[in-house]
Amino acid sequence: MARMKFLCDADRCIECNACVTACKNEHEVPWGINRRRVVTINDGQPGERSISMACMHCTDAPCAAVCPVDCFYTTADAVVLHSKDLCIGCGYCFYACPFGAPQYPRVGNFGSRGKMDKCTYCAGGPEADMTTVEYEKYGANRLAEGKLPLCAEMCSTKALLAGDGEIIAEIYRERVVTRGYGSGAWGWKTAYQETIAI
Amino acid sequence: MFAQSAVRFSAANISAARLLFAAIALMAAAFFYTPAQAQQINPTASAVQEEQLLNALQRGQAIEGRVTIPDQRSSALIKPAGQDWRAFHQGTMSWIAAVAIIGMLIGVAAFYLLRGRITIDSGWSGMKILRFNSLERFTHWLTATTFIILALTGLNLVFGKTVLLPLFGAETFAAATQWGKYAHNYLAWPFMIGLVIMLVIWIKDNIPNSTDMTWLKAGGGLFSKGVHPPARKFNAGQKVIFWSVIIGGAALSVTGVFLLFPELAGSYANWQLNQIIHGLVSVVLVAVMIGHIYIGSLGMEGAFDAMGSGEVDYNWAKEHHSIWAEEMRAKQEVRAAGTVGVVPAE
Repeated sequence: MARMKFLCDADRCIECNACVTACKNEHEVPWGINRRRVVTINDGQPGERSISMACMHCTDAPCAAVCPVDCFYTTADAVVLHSKDLCIGCGYCFYACPFGAPQYPRVGNFGSRGKMDKCTYCAGGPEADMTTVEYEKYGANRLAEGKLPLCAEMCSTKALLAGDGEIIAEIYRERVVTRGYGSGAWGWKTAYQETIAI
Repeated sequence: MFAQSAVRFSAANISAARLLFAAIALMAAAFFYTPAQAQQINPTASAVQEEQLLNALQRGQAIEGRVTIPDQRSSALIKPAGQDWRAFHQGTMSWIAAVAIIGMLIGVAAFYLLRGRITIDSGWSGMKILRFNSLERFTHWLTATTFIILALTGLNLVFGKTVLLPLFGAETFAAATQWGKYAHNYLAWPFMIGLVIMLVIWIKDNIPNSTDMTWLKAGGGLFSKGVHPPARKFNAGQKVIFWSVIIGGAALSVTGVFLLFPELAGSYANWQLNQIIHGLVSVVLVAVMIGHIYIGSLGMEGAFDAMGSGEVDYNWAKEHHSIWAEEMRAKQEVRAAGTVGVVPAE
């Protein structure tokens, strides 16, 4: 089985935000929630870089570790998913996540924040693959259809890569060697405790 | 006419040759100069490097940028502090909680085995004296019952998945924890009301004074039979309980409200800090309360009546709250045949 990862090549990302829009549309993500966003570092200065970020599907995921009801699970493809039926909306995963991935449909309300929502790597949830129930709770299950996450698939500059970690790392390594520079595999050290050696 | 056209032709020929030459020269220039040009414009010379930014981060800081979506909190790209919080919550917090609570239970059990139940040395007098009126008892039990539910539902978030989840299964446990969370969120409010009333009605009896020093020096008489240092309505030990509840309760209230309404709490670091304070203070308070519950029920003969019926045995009062008992007796003498104070038991 593959070890699915995301990799954003910041030297290619042009901050078009198409990944953000594609994600919202593909999964009918509720208003106020963004499973993916583009962050621009050193905005307006020479050498600014934009990085598209979502759940990184960490190795030894912090969200899963702190969840008091153990609602997270890791698929055979190493995608970190969760059950909205078990989630109690406590907010612990948000405290623990280094990427700000978990979000709640109701912010700062009294009693309940609602069920946590985050990027599923276009892999749905615990329900049967490609069912309406699964779609309504988690969005499309493209992985079950044999496709990769839409954000990466439609990235116009191919800055955002999704797929098996070793393959996308090799693509990135080749790019860096060919063009002679690279600002790093953003988030890899934090999420996977490794970087891509060039 | 022919000559004219010949001249024009040759002119066209020359200009075409010039154009061709210029093109070749330009291509040659491009061929030779492009690599040098590219080295001069290095697109990565001032580019941000993830590694540099990560290394420059101070504890609790995040790599931040700008986002164009309305959720400005999402502008934090990488927040390593999340892993610190995880390490604290999964490691330190669980250990402190386990050691404090199990340690207190063992301590209480050891105390019971060594000292046994503290009896009324002079025996039951059969005379009753009103110690806590209905408002005091109501406040005590309002705070106590809500505290116990808050403590159990809170501890469930730390230990539930280790202890209870394997017993009940994921669905049942998650549903129960969801209800526990509702209970925690809503019962926090009556708990806070209890704290406020408690502060108002008991603060005057809980100001530390010189009798507390003598009481503490004698160890409260807890460790030796027949020793009863003088005390007013509340002895030094009870004052410690009172101020733990007031100060700890205030800390829990403030951090708890921030946890409920994170938007009021400010930054992400504050959210984590609130949770840490909330957890630590609760655990200390739970440990203190285990001691309090023990000494107020099993640990001391006649003590539970104070919060049960509100009336304690006169001999109990004389032994544990001598100054207060004397004051009450004096009042009773003033009131002669009053209904409040020392009355014969049936």
